[in-house]
Amino acid sequence: MSTRAFGSRIKRTVDPALLRGEGAFVDDIPLANPLHAAFVRSPYARARITAIDVAAARAHPGVVAVYTADDIGVIDREMPLLIPHPSMTDARTQRPLARDDVYYVGQTVVMVVAVDRYTAEDAAALVEVDYDPREVAVDIEDAVKPGAPLVHDSHAGNVAAYYEQVSGDPDAAVRAAEHVTRIKVKVERSTAAPMECRAVAAQFDAVSGELTVWDGTQAPISVRGGLASIFGLDEDKVRVIAPNVGGGFGQKVLLFYPDELLVPMAAMELGRPVKYIEDRRENFIGSTQERTQVHAIELYARKNGEVIALRDSFLHDTGAFIPYGIAVAQVASTSIAGPYRIPNIWVEFTAVYTPTVPVTPYRGCGRPQACFAIERAMDQLAEELGLDRFEVRRRNLIGDDQFPWTREGLLFADGLRVSLDSGQYQTALEMITSELRPADFAAEQARARTEGKYLGLGLAFYVEGTGLGPYEGGHIKVHPITGKVYVNTGLTGQGQGHETVFGQIVADQLGVAVEDVILVEGDTRAFDWGVATFASRAAVVSGNAIYKTALIVRRQIIRAAANMLEASEDDIELRDGAAWIRGTDRNAPLAAIATASNPLRYAFNDAAKAATQFMPASKHDGPPLDEGQHPGLEATDYYSPACATWAYGVHGAIVEVDPDLCDVKIRRYVCIHDCGNMINPTIVEGQVMGGIAQGLGGAMYERIEYDPEGNPLNANFVDFLVPYATEVPSVEVRHLETPSPLNPLGVKGVGEAGCIAVGAVIASGIEDALAPLGAGKFHNTPITPSMIHAALGGD
Amino acid sequence: MRRPRIATPTVSSDPRAPVSITVNGERVEREVSVRMLLSDFLRHELGLTGTHVGCEHGVCGACTVLIDGVAGRSCLTFAVQASGHEVRTIESLASEDGALHPVQEAFQECHALQCGYCTPGMIMNIVGMFEEGRPLDLSDEGIRLALSGNLCRCTGYQNIVAAVRKAAETMPAG
Amino acid sequence: MKPALFEYSAPKTVAEAVALLSHDPGAVVLAGGQSLVPAMNLRLASPSHLVDIQHIDGLRGIRVEDGRIVVPAMTRHRELELSDAVHAANPVIREAMAHVAHVPIRNRGTVVGSLCHADAAAEMPMVLVLTRGSVVAEGPGGRRTIAAEDFFQFHMTTAREPGEMIVEAHFPVLPEGAGAAFDEFTRRHGDYAIAAVGAIVGFDAAGRARDVSIAACGIGSKPMRLREAEALIAGTPVGEADLAAAGEAARAAVSAPDDMHATTAYRRRVVATLVRRVVGRAAQRAGKGR
Repeated sequence: MSTRAFGSRIKRTVDPALLRGEGAFVDDIPLANPLHAAFVRSPYARARITAIDVAAARAHPGVVAVYTADDIGVIDREMPLLIPHPSMTDARTQRPLARDDVYYVGQTVVMVVAVDRYTAEDAAALVEVDYDPREVAVDIEDAVKPGAPLVHDSHAGNVAAYYEQVSGDPDAAVRAAEHVTRIKVKVERSTAAPMECRAVAAQFDAVSGELTVWDGTQAPISVRGGLASIFGLDEDKVRVIAPNVGGGFGQKVLLFYPDELLVPMAAMELGRPVKYIEDRRENFIGSTQERTQVHAIELYARKNGEVIALRDSFLHDTGAFIPYGIAVAQVASTSIAGPYRIPNIWVEFTAVYTPTVPVTPYRGCGRPQACFAIERAMDQLAEELGLDRFEVRRRNLIGDDQFPWTREGLLFADGLRVSLDSGQYQTALEMITSELRPADFAAEQARARTEGKYLGLGLAFYVEGTGLGPYEGGHIKVHPITGKVYVNTGLTGQGQGHETVFGQIVADQLGVAVEDVILVEGDTRAFDWGVATFASRAAVVSGNAIYKTALIVRRQIIRAAANMLEASEDDIELRDGAAWIRGTDRNAPLAAIATASNPLRYAFNDAAKAATQFMPASKHDGPPLDEGQHPGLEATDYYSPACATWAYGVHGAIVEVDPDLCDVKIRRYVCIHDCGNMINPTIVEGQVMGGIAQGLGGAMYERIEYDPEGNPLNANFVDFLVPYATEVPSVEVRHLETPSPLNPLGVKGVGEAGCIAVGAVIASGIEDALAPLGAGKFHNTPITPSMIHAALGGD
Repeated sequence: MRRPRIATPTVSSDPRAPVSITVNGERVEREVSVRMLLSDFLRHELGLTGTHVGCEHGVCGACTVLIDGVAGRSCLTFAVQASGHEVRTIESLASEDGALHPVQEAFQECHALQCGYCTPGMIMNIVGMFEEGRPLDLSDEGIRLALSGNLCRCTGYQNIVAAVRKAAETMPAG
Repeated sequence: MKPALFEYSAPKTVAEAVALLSHDPGAVVLAGGQSLVPAMNLRLASPSHLVDIQHIDGLRGIRVEDGRIVVPAMTRHRELELSDAVHAANPVIREAMAHVAHVPIRNRGTVVGSLCHADAAAEMPMVLVLTRGSVVAEGPGGRRTIAAEDFFQFHMTTAREPGEMIVEAHFPVLPEGAGAAFDEFTRRHGDYAIAAVGAIVGFDAAGRARDVSIAACGIGSKPMRLREAEALIAGTPVGEADLAAAGEAARAAVSAPDDMHATTAYRRRVVATLVRRVVGRAAQRAGKGR
């Protein structure tokens, strides 16, 4: 496999357009006289609707339609349960517009469609809804207490799901253990907060009967399938396009959000384009969130620090509904042992309904919570046994020669037992040790203390199962006029640079420049077999599908070129957009080969003249196209991974805590990570750095706040603290490349890597810094100055 | 049975006011609702969709443009307020033949954008800073201070800091 | 989020503006809009009438005269911040300005607008109180000067009467030989203060502090002077013990309840720390770095 473009730091091909402001995000797409939607949303966390009066809204000038649950026909139903699982009983999902009951502040009750968003909001304010509010228990630990108010009368104890997994023989190991460490940790709710909120626009062409939907989604094919099935349309008559999307981070997968059904419905009914451009407040109260989990974790160890069993029991907050099933909790539960051998594991979780915004995966998808639990516990174990934190990890990490390491009994999100396929965990630990030099740091820390400065060192390992199936596809076609290479795949991007990364894969196989590879993805008309972008899978699954497809097209080119140049296939090499006889100047440009591979009747240009049926590309008697042969240079292929491939890394930081202001500064942040072979190291680093910034947000700043009645208190950027450049430190990223043995390109996913370990690292560092002041343990994130103040004994 | 096309309104009944704004060097005159935000005016009245909307409460900076030569939030300005003034948007930076402005070049060189949504506002803020003509603090801290006020959720800011430093090298002084 | 509808006027004179404000109790002044428009977009404020004062003559042009800095109503934050004449007259202004939101907000927002918005955690109202400044109001009853401590009554509530327009603010220059300092603690750069403290300290010939002004914002329902802390600094050489005592005394001034950004207990710690640091810094800067 050629490595010229693959592995190179190639500049992104898509940037110039974005930099000039020529991106086409959903709200940028010009539509003819579009109508705009706004929503009336529940102001109560839990209430019965007793009356809705839309008369004044309907009569308001500029309003075209007002919809309640009674007005939306076939979509007045609970929306699909995307990932069923036996651990759930009678999973509850949301209706597009509430009927009879509302379950969280922000839930959609009425949709107003008007000439512009200003007018639609005016009219929404005129809708009168009468509610009969009910008691609520918002905090997750309150929600599971006996007698707690129920979100759904159908679900006693607010339990949405319960799941228990066992690997090895934890009971025996528990009995044999010489030491047990027990801690309880909590990670608080956050939200993806992409810079572009969600957006949906739809247009129905009555002449062709085609519905076109532009949706800022990570899952256009899945949305198309759902729309076609729900509205009873042919899939061929439904086109879903994810244009430029301003960040997704998991939030833009959920199908369906109410607007994703309501906006197409309105467009079809009203005969005019309709758009819903979510505003920031709505993103906070209507688009999904994630993170709240409470873990009671126990490590059973030998005196030398070797952990022989792990028990974890956790509560997972699923919000008011559970449309995405137990995915987040499942990923957390199967990541709980991290990179450590720990051969015996018992893990149970309870997914709990709370009257809050529903929970679906947000970058990390449960891994940050699991990492926080295991890494805080490992630090605690080290302290209790009087061992160094690095040493405890060294004694427990899966050895570089011990892969694959399987955990029978733990089923990952791919439905298969966890199998950590490859890595160099010990090497990574050595790398971070040599970067952070803990012995030198200890001396520096002691010196600083004499000056009244408090420095701390934090450390955390993480693992990340990536590259989930079921599959993705690739389609490649060489354009006969320009010789450029068109590539399609079913998933779509929100800034990950697919155009460049996939272009690099194809460029190497077909001998073209990366700029001459043109990717069109995220459009069901361009390619419509596939799943979506999530769970760090695009490089692995679409990347390998495109690679396999490129191999086929490469063989086609070589075969056709050999014929045209009258040479042996072994002597053909592809480079600079042409096929060459090795060692000579004789070549055929790709455009010519593509044209020549298409036996034509009409010579409509010079190239076609050369390729008409009177001069076929292949010299043999018989039909211009053999049985099974197709015209042109084109192929489609798929990659279906057998199982996930596991990436990993270790982060460390030096922090300084000001004991007077309780302010934390990060003096140094180092990340060692391994995502297998890197297609474009610059893009990989961008993903890691972005992930670390989001992890930092969760570690110190971001917490979705609800009052005891379930009212969101910080549904805006003033009070929900997404870090600016002044809050995020520079980070040092070091790469390890242990190729994945599980796919042809040897790649692993990296999209979520950065955010997983940050909370644990920061907590570990703050704890280390403040230990001499008796601050105790930091087992909750985000860690705020007020918490540090309280930990220092502040009154 | 096909029914007659529904007649539906296409404009609101808001009172309108004339505005005359010089946008990217060109005077534009329109009649718009008095409450139309400058961000919506640029994007939907003029079709200059490069200026993006992230929050409409002034915190994220995605909507930043230059108003009378200095960076300002277009989501916090009414179009009528901007009447008689000069506005420059991201679309004014590249030259007619498509050649990128040094700040745009530096962003591409340094991989300072991923989804591209915060980018126009980020760049206009930086251009405003460069054009202010004051001495620049190009240390990490100084650049991060200049960038505070623009949220980015994709990049983690580090490459944006590098891009500002690189742009400063390539741009004429002052 | 889009604002509700309003009537829009752009008067050319103060008299016209006053007439419009008097005529409609729901009318408000639009200057920079950096506080007003976010509230309108969120529909937390829906004034019936916006009176845009940007075209009124005489509302621009900072002047330093008669021992004070005169800031007319359309003066942008950034203009006041960058003025070298202002900085020479009272350096605490530029030091405080660095904490006011971010540059693009300061480019458009006005100083007088921030004073009238009177957010209890905002920096410029506190600086007005610290410097013992005042505002000038023009109304149907004529023109009057309102001292800072009388002007700020409560969070987002001032002594401005309906129909009055604040036409300028006066910030006294720094007294000869005095030192001034300002510092603030926030979670993120540019956020509203969790607590901010400003101090002006002069010294007599014997090296004892006099004309001490210490003010804070973010700790209660309005910006305030910390009089107990001042009393513990006045007449002292401003040594470590004096600073510590002043800091401790300042804790009692914190009345803000626990909120999502800070507990009251933590805020007390911040104010005590900032008083120690800021008063100490101001003392050092007094008369050629004592």
